[in-house]
Amino acid sequence: MSVLVIVEPNNGTINKGGFELATFGKLTAGQDKCLVLVVGKASNAGDLGIYGADEVYEIDQVPVHDSAVYSKVIADASEKLSCHTVIIKANANGKATAGRVAIKLGAGLVSAANSVPESTGGQLQVKRGVFSGKAFATYAITTDKKVITVLGNSIQPKEMGSATSVQSLQVDVPPSTIEVVAKETLSGRAPLPEAELVVSGGRGFKGPENWNILLDLADALDATTACSRPVADADWRPHHEHVGQTGIAIRPNLYIAVGISGAIQHLAGVNNSKTIVVINKDPEAPFFKAADYGIVGDLFEVVPKLTEEIKKLKAGA
Amino acid sequence: MKTLVCISKTPDTTSKISFSSDGKNFNTDGISFIMNPYDEWYALVRAVELKEKLGGTVTVINVGDASNDIVIRKALAIGADDAIRVDANPIDSFFVASQIAAVAKDKSYDIIFLGKETIDYNGAEVGAMLAEMLDLPYVSFANKLEVDGDAKTIRREIEGGTETLKLSGPCVISAAKDMAQQRIPNMQGILMSKRKPLEVVTPVGASSRIEVIKHDLPPAKKGVTLVDAGNVAELVRLLHEEAKVI
Repeated sequence: MSVLVIVEPNNGTINKGGFELATFGKLTAGQDKCLVLVVGKASNAGDLGIYGADEVYEIDQVPVHDSAVYSKVIADASEKLSCHTVIIKANANGKATAGRVAIKLGAGLVSAANSVPESTGGQLQVKRGVFSGKAFATYAITTDKKVITVLGNSIQPKEMGSATSVQSLQVDVPPSTIEVVAKETLSGRAPLPEAELVVSGGRGFKGPENWNILLDLADALDATTACSRPVADADWRPHHEHVGQTGIAIRPNLYIAVGISGAIQHLAGVNNSKTIVVINKDPEAPFFKAADYGIVGDLFEVVPKLTEEIKKLKAGA
Repeated sequence: MKTLVCISKTPDTTSKISFSSDGKNFNTDGISFIMNPYDEWYALVRAVELKEKLGGTVTVINVGDASNDIVIRKALAIGADDAIRVDANPIDSFFVASQIAAVAKDKSYDIIFLGKETIDYNGAEVGAMLAEMLDLPYVSFANKLEVDGDAKTIRREIEGGTETLKLSGPCVISAAKDMAQQRIPNMQGILMSKRKPLEVVTPVGASSRIEVIKHDLPPAKKGVTLVDAGNVAELVRLLHEEAKVI
């Protein structure tokens, strides 16, 4: 029995997020094999072998937006390849599909795992964030078959093998009953749930006309931009940038919060960030208690200076 | 238009979270509970809007004990017509989805709505499981829904953008921000909610498939290192050399 990892390429290539999953799968598999199924075509699929895949399979033309079809393909592949555990990325398609895969396989499911599960006596213990980032829970999956979805940026891809050949997997793909009529991509940068660097603005900016200050900082860092809820509610920034308890939960390596006081609901969505920097003119802002580094000062003066210093660092690097 | 809206009870967003000494159970002392915001603000309100526009009924369903009735009555006050409570402790997603599927399977709902996730366990699992159990299409994280006869056009959140999908016939939809605007129940709604039917049903058998080992709180931060506003270069140095994040 093996572990099956599902990887979706982006525009014909497997990126770091895909390699992370292969490493995650191999570490979960222990003595068992880690099989990776690439859903779609990827020119670098064989490289998954470097990061932990013992065997790589591919299947093309799967309507991944339709969880009914996608889950059937995954469940059939899992049976065909005799797998006890299926690992899927906790992105929009993965989350919509994992629950269906679990039902088809009679498996227990833990979603959005943030570290490699521990295997004890046939059970897998999986840790994940709960209460919107305010706590963690560890679950044992008590069924023979197991499904886990994994958050982006949970582990770093590790080199542990060599590139391998890619085999085609024959599984029946029924037609989808859901038609994709439009797709809108909102920014060229990494999506928030996967972003390693995030700069975020709050009411301290006083209005959307001042956002270029934050965008310049984001450009200098090549970071993804985010905002607090009041900013999204006031339509200063689009809703998809809202991070926090009722927005997107993120876990970047660096989160720079500018002009955000740090209400408990905001902290819930961001406090799993590795390093938090807070820039706020109010020394009593609660966010400083959750921060690693802070500057008490006027953002309109501090942020442009920070942008300049980062440009200097990058120019020197 | 006949819709079912699945609602959960969750701790208020401002709650401080703590656990029993063995880490197994959430400590509910001093916690005030609310209807899960994604269920209330987006799923329920959109269902009520569709009823107002197209006619039909909105039923809400909850899995829980009688202490959840206050949340169910609020849903009735916002505009649902009737409610079903499955009288059981919602142990895990599989259990909850099994209960809802058992109730929904012969009722021919046009749309079954849920919020995109609950703000306590954040699993976003029940919708997919329920859709599978009922053999229905599922669209998650929907932030816009238009209904035209049998056809549904649904825009949903995906990584770094949105995707607009079209399907026909019954389906399960999980609702995200922008799907609708929060509604505050008015006095008439509150008065009417007390007379609307709330049916309590017994659960079907379903065993849990996962078991809680423990809960932990995030490690306390070691404290903030403050850098003088006049010395921004020092912050960049710390981020580069100490935190090693840039």
